[in-house]
Amino acid sequence: MIRIELPAHLRTLARINGDVTLDVVGQATQRSVLDAIEARYPMLRGTIRDHVTQQRRPFVRFFACEEDLSHDPPDAPLPDAVATGAEAFLIVGAMAGG
Amino acid sequence: MSGVRVLVGTRKGAFTLSSDAKREKWDVSGPHFGGWEIYHVKGSPVDPNRLYASQSSGWFGQVIQRSNNGGKTWDPVDNKFVYDGIPGTHQWYDGTPHPWEFKRVWHLEPSLTDPDTVYAGVEDAALFRTTDGGQSWQELSGLRGHGSGPRWAPGAGGMCLHTILLDPGNPDRIFIAISAAGVFRTDDAGKTWRPINRGLRSEGIPDPKAEVGHCVHRIAMHRSRPGVLFMQKHWDVMRSDDAGESWQEVSGNLPSDFGFSIDVHAHEPETIYVVPIKSDSEHYPPDGKLRVYRSRTGGNEWEALTNGLPQRDCYVNVLRDAMAVDSLDSCGIYFGTTGGQVYASADAGDHWAPIVRDLPAVVSVEVQTLP
Repeated sequence: MIRIELPAHLRTLARINGDVTLDVVGQATQRSVLDAIEARYPMLRGTIRDHVTQQRRPFVRFFACEEDLSHDPPDAPLPDAVATGAEAFLIVGAMAGG
Repeated sequence: MSGVRVLVGTRKGAFTLSSDAKREKWDVSGPHFGGWEIYHVKGSPVDPNRLYASQSSGWFGQVIQRSNNGGKTWDPVDNKFVYDGIPGTHQWYDGTPHPWEFKRVWHLEPSLTDPDTVYAGVEDAALFRTTDGGQSWQELSGLRGHGSGPRWAPGAGGMCLHTILLDPGNPDRIFIAISAAGVFRTDDAGKTWRPINRGLRSEGIPDPKAEVGHCVHRIAMHRSRPGVLFMQKHWDVMRSDDAGESWQEVSGNLPSDFGFSIDVHAHEPETIYVVPIKSDSEHYPPDGKLRVYRSRTGGNEWEALTNGLPQRDCYVNVLRDAMAVDSLDSCGIYFGTTGGQVYASADAGDHWAPIVRDLPAVVSVEVQTLP
């Protein structure tokens, strides 16, 4: 089971209260986690990563275990603590005004 | 009893302003989608409870929302806007080629006959359409593909397709406008397009009379005369009496012919409205006076409408999609400002009063006249 924390605006968009917990197929990677969350919440498609290129949107970051995973390859395994649900996978809107 | 619903898009959410036909007392609802930029909200002409909203943010991209109950509740629909084929390049500000990249939806234009069909004007400029209530969007790629796309360039606000006019008398005819490319028309329901910019003159481009490259800010028509078009260009107010085949300047005695918005009285096809802005670098009214100008002669002869509008120390802007009219008798005129005010006139512009004063910067204003 993976725990995911979404930014407030995406929780509102998907009508989610609190963290999301979900199971992924196969190894826990950024791609498998995002595939799973988009399958459950289709309205999030395109808001975290591009519809076509599947690249992370520029003002979205991925953190876990106090590490910045934003630039890791999408198919790299996530830390064990994330894969076991001990730590959350954080999807973060970059700190920027506007 | 009939009434009106004003749909307001702002930099930080959407608002609906509702009143009965007297248009004196208003209920304000919102913010909806708080924190997101709402470039446009518009209702279906055939089902006023069907609304569509363009919601976007620099962080999370584009979302399209749909309401089936007049804005009481909303549901996100498809937000996948993918250019048809290889997008190619347009001109960047310095004239170099720049790849076409989707950024946001500027304008949503519901069909005149089908609440599930909506046209979307996007940045970088292209026209999309849904025929299933927003569940999927397809590009009408004949517009971008007609040949002049590599010569289109962005205006200061981006290379946006911001205006979509559907001809009430001819379902195959659509007019669109792009900053900075100009006006285009299709006569075959969007398969093929051609630029209709003859008569426009823009000093800021290498050939002032070029076929494309003009920074058209807004075009408007009256339903009863779809062959007559009015335009607020970057500089110059223009009109066409032949469906865009040729344009003539009608700026006349305006204090400035720069501006963004233009609209037509609901019952008087020769009565038009603009809000003059001082210049393209000074996006505020001349002399600090917020004045709507009305022409009852289809241009050239303009009168300032000031009653109820601030006539000193006013330095707001009125953006291109931020003026609308209702179809009550007498015609109501509405506009929103970058200072967060939405002004209304229930007597065709003779008297004005703010409905609200302190919204986030207003991007768009639409009005529904309700039965």
